[in-house]
Amino acid sequence: MIYAIAILSPLAGCLLAGIFGRRFGDTYAKIVTIGFMILAALCAEISLSQVLFAEQPPEPVILATWFDIGGFRLDWALRRDTLSSAMVAMVAPVATLIHIYSVGYMAHERRSFRFFAYLSLFTFAMLMLVTANNLVQLFFGWEGVGLASYLLIGYWYDRPSANRAAMKAFIVNRVGDLFFALGIALVFQLFGSVEFPVIFAHIPDHQDALYHVLGHTWRAYEVIGFLLFIGAMGKSAQLGLHTWLPDAMEGPTPVSALIHAATMVTAGVFLMARMSYIMESAPGALTFVMLIGASTCIFAATIACVQNDIKRVIAYSTCSQLGYMFMAAGAGAYQASVFHLITHAFFKALLFLCAGSVIHAMSDEQDMRKMGGIWRMVPWTYTCMWLGSLAIAGIPFFAGYWSKDAILEATWASHNPLAGYGYLMGVLAAFLTAFYSWRLIIMTFHGTPRADKHTMEHVHESTPWMVAPLVILAFGAVFAGWLLHGWFIGEDQAEFWAGAIHVGANNHVLHDMENIPSIIGLLPTITGVLGIALAYVMYMLVPSLPGRLASTFQPIYQFLLHKWYFDELYDFLFVRPIQRLARVLWHVGDEKLIDGMPNSAAALAAGGSAQVVKIQTGSIAVYAFTMLIGLVVLISIFLLFR
Amino acid sequence: MNVTNAAGFPILSLLTWLPLVGCLVLMTIRGEEEVVARNARWTALWTSIIIFAISLKLWWDFDPANPGFQFNESLEWLPQFKVGYKMGVDGISVLFVLLSTALTPICILASWESVRTRVREYMIAFLVLETMMIGAFAATDFIVFYMFFEGLLIPMYLIIGIWGGPRRVYASFKFFLYTLAGSVLMLLALLAMWFQAGTTDIAVLMHTSFSPQMQTWLFIAFLASFAVKVPMWPVHTWLPDAHVEAPTAGSVILAGVLLKMGGYGFLRFSLPMLPQASQSFAPLMFTLGVVAVIYTSLVAIAQTDMKKLIAYSSVAHMGLVVIGTFTFNIQGIEGAILQMLSHGIVSAALFLCVGVVYDRIHTREIARYGGLGDRMPGYAFVFLFFTMASMGLPGTSGFIGEFMVLVGAFKVNFWVSLLGSTGMILGAAYALWLYRRIIFGSITRDDLRSILDLSPREVAIFVPLVFLTVWMGVYPSSFTQFFDASVGAMVDHHVAAIASTTKLAGIAP
Repeated sequence: MIYAIAILSPLAGCLLAGIFGRRFGDTYAKIVTIGFMILAALCAEISLSQVLFAEQPPEPVILATWFDIGGFRLDWALRRDTLSSAMVAMVAPVATLIHIYSVGYMAHERRSFRFFAYLSLFTFAMLMLVTANNLVQLFFGWEGVGLASYLLIGYWYDRPSANRAAMKAFIVNRVGDLFFALGIALVFQLFGSVEFPVIFAHIPDHQDALYHVLGHTWRAYEVIGFLLFIGAMGKSAQLGLHTWLPDAMEGPTPVSALIHAATMVTAGVFLMARMSYIMESAPGALTFVMLIGASTCIFAATIACVQNDIKRVIAYSTCSQLGYMFMAAGAGAYQASVFHLITHAFFKALLFLCAGSVIHAMSDEQDMRKMGGIWRMVPWTYTCMWLGSLAIAGIPFFAGYWSKDAILEATWASHNPLAGYGYLMGVLAAFLTAFYSWRLIIMTFHGTPRADKHTMEHVHESTPWMVAPLVILAFGAVFAGWLLHGWFIGEDQAEFWAGAIHVGANNHVLHDMENIPSIIGLLPTITGVLGIALAYVMYMLVPSLPGRLASTFQPIYQFLLHKWYFDELYDFLFVRPIQRLARVLWHVGDEKLIDGMPNSAAALAAGGSAQVVKIQTGSIAVYAFTMLIGLVVLISIFLLFR
Repeated sequence: MNVTNAAGFPILSLLTWLPLVGCLVLMTIRGEEEVVARNARWTALWTSIIIFAISLKLWWDFDPANPGFQFNESLEWLPQFKVGYKMGVDGISVLFVLLSTALTPICILASWESVRTRVREYMIAFLVLETMMIGAFAATDFIVFYMFFEGLLIPMYLIIGIWGGPRRVYASFKFFLYTLAGSVLMLLALLAMWFQAGTTDIAVLMHTSFSPQMQTWLFIAFLASFAVKVPMWPVHTWLPDAHVEAPTAGSVILAGVLLKMGGYGFLRFSLPMLPQASQSFAPLMFTLGVVAVIYTSLVAIAQTDMKKLIAYSSVAHMGLVVIGTFTFNIQGIEGAILQMLSHGIVSAALFLCVGVVYDRIHTREIARYGGLGDRMPGYAFVFLFFTMASMGLPGTSGFIGEFMVLVGAFKVNFWVSLLGSTGMILGAAYALWLYRRIIFGSITRDDLRSILDLSPREVAIFVPLVFLTVWMGVYPSSFTQFFDASVGAMVDHHVAAIASTTKLAGIAP
């Protein structure tokens, strides 16, 4: 009951704000949505504690039947294992904080009831996603968060760039969704059900099932693993399907914090953990997961090092951190990936909200080249940004340290064929992460002010509405790892997860990672500190150095600045050919070829009938004679062929 | 054959012929033109609402457990030829009857202000159309079906040809000739079946087995007729023209009900009567379905006319229906039926959305719009809602049908499923692109600055459609329960028929 309230109350807030917001005004909408969100957050925490102290994992809460088509039966149900409950307990409070922050951030917006309704809609869809008890309901939430993300990226709909970004996000995500849907279809074909309890119980039955596609015969689990992971790549912006995420920064900053950092983009990681039963039986797919995760991790980090838009830096950083999470999944350490998911939610939401606070202070400026020298004027934001950065850089005892170290150690210890590659990329990315985080801090807050005088006069710390969520999240960024690591990946993990995450009989990665050389565990921290030092040298001590490096290594710099030219490549490979093909099919295919034939036949008939008209002489005798001939012919045919 | 209701209340005939009674009343209206128009509107509206109310009896009294025909009526008509006036509905047709009765009042409401000339005749045409639609879905005799099926053309032809846009004559001729050309072949097939079976009773024909060669020819003849109606690629080009020229309500009925005649035809005739031919033609049907999805979705992306874009999207959606129908499994076929019902509501609503702005600005050119979100928030919501439903967002009716077809097709062939589902991506592209150009952006045209949001009449039109779309998306069981038994029986019948031929041919183990 409490659990259902936690999931459904954001929907109530969304509907009440959306339907009556125009009539009763924005203040009403804010009160309603935030009220329901606080209720949801409280219920979520109570519910988590119930799950943790229960003897048995509680049964799913069944709300209603969804459909039953030829044995394809589905319920609307809320799953209540540790994984779902922990996700709910993270999503609801973070979303609540961001609702509150938005009161301050959107204070100057007219008719912002729409914004709050969308935020609540998003929260509802996200909660449905993480509490799904079957794959199709998960897909419902999956598409629902996509819709909310579309609406919120395009919130300022009079900006063409926002509209374009919103469309791009939706369509790129749909590419992944298509494969996800096919994966669900294969699961149904194999298991005759898509309900999680049924799937998980029957995993051993289909170990040897085969599926024939692409001219090869594969193990069915491998195919499912691949298909689901491609779906996850879309939502979690992994290499190849990542292009929408940086553009999504067109949305208001609270949206970036909630959707494009803390929650929605981690849905792919969640999917891997949720389907760990199948993924554990698909080593080939896991190798691919490791490859993509590690590659994304380093790829996004390199780009983040040269971007100048404060939000884009953090967006690429998110992309890179998601790569870490997939690396962990690829290594078979799903617990570590969920652990990083949770800690990341705190410090990344914090970083984004700090960025939003800076943007507010700088009169909506997002270019870091036009910032600098403001750290004394925004002390709270500055401090919080430091704490968030310490966490993301993996400096000991901050949240990110625990989870990122766990991921890299697990990667090293795992039997994945690409484990070495993953570890190497992970350590390099740790170096870059620290570098770009301090590049961001120094460019934004330190040095000589580069903004114009007018802007500088208006620099101010944000209102308490915005600062309070920062402080709360900062606590999470500092303590979450220390508090939670025992449960998530430590000695109590098996008891904590209680079967919500499955690890195969031969998978001892969480145990093996304790027994690796200590230098392997220390390396990420060392490179992190080196990254900070380098950023300090380049941007604080010798500020002319970055410019000189950029001009010396011009091709590399341009390559990174243009994000490895992915957008241009896709434009060339897909967007423009499709547009051209569309026009050709329309004008040539439909108008010339398909319509050409009947239209010319019609022209022929019109010409012919002009001739036929001449036969119509009006003489009854001629008509009668013609009829007679016709009758004779018809009767002969009839007699001949009967 | 089931005859439980034979002696009961002839509800199907009542539904079928009641609109004609309304027509008679309309014909008696005399007086000033204004008065005639007003009375004609109200008479037509009340007639259609009463019919809808009566048709709800089908919803309550239909027995979902019974896979056969119900509410049967039978009258001797041409006993020497064993042709009878027979009516009845089974799980497959009952919801289409309800769809027809539900959409007609909405169409009449939608024409309230936009049709200003010859209002009385327009309303008569619509009520005649309703008779034909209900008749076609409720007929259980092939000859009776054929007459209604063909009769449909006439009022629709008139609606496009008289109340249509500037190129209405071209469009209406094209519509008429395309559909008629196919129907002639169906008539031949009908006669051939009658010669063989000696009856035109559909229930009997379903259990008559035709020789494989004959099935092939019959299938081709049916295909010619139904493919045009669906419409399948490459005989789809009449549809965009017809939609563009038709008045809003004409488009609504065309997309909402008339296109379903093709899919219904496959399910009612081709599949059960010609199992072997259906099986052997399935690869061709899949190919045409997949081509329809990809080809017309792409063409939709390039459109500059709102109605044409939605018309092409209809072809793509119906391609999915064809794929689902020929999977011969329960998920595929039920998915196809759900997709048809959903498309009947959603595309109808999208055409109504076009009608809303067309009534105000009198153009369908997409480039003339932009930034309507500011002035028309209610409209922006409704349009967004149906755009999402058309893209198959889970929680709306569009999702269930599309997804079930995907699951059904996946059982048959991976590539059919993958390629058929590319509509998920392409559909998102054209639908969002349309929405962006109409609703988003800022207003640049002067005449858009004073445009008004939905009127109460328009709200009354959209509310039931929104409600239905959500209902079908969140709790589709209310609808699938009607055809579960019928589809199950059909699939069993098909499997048995195929098994018997393989046994005859000595292929069976």
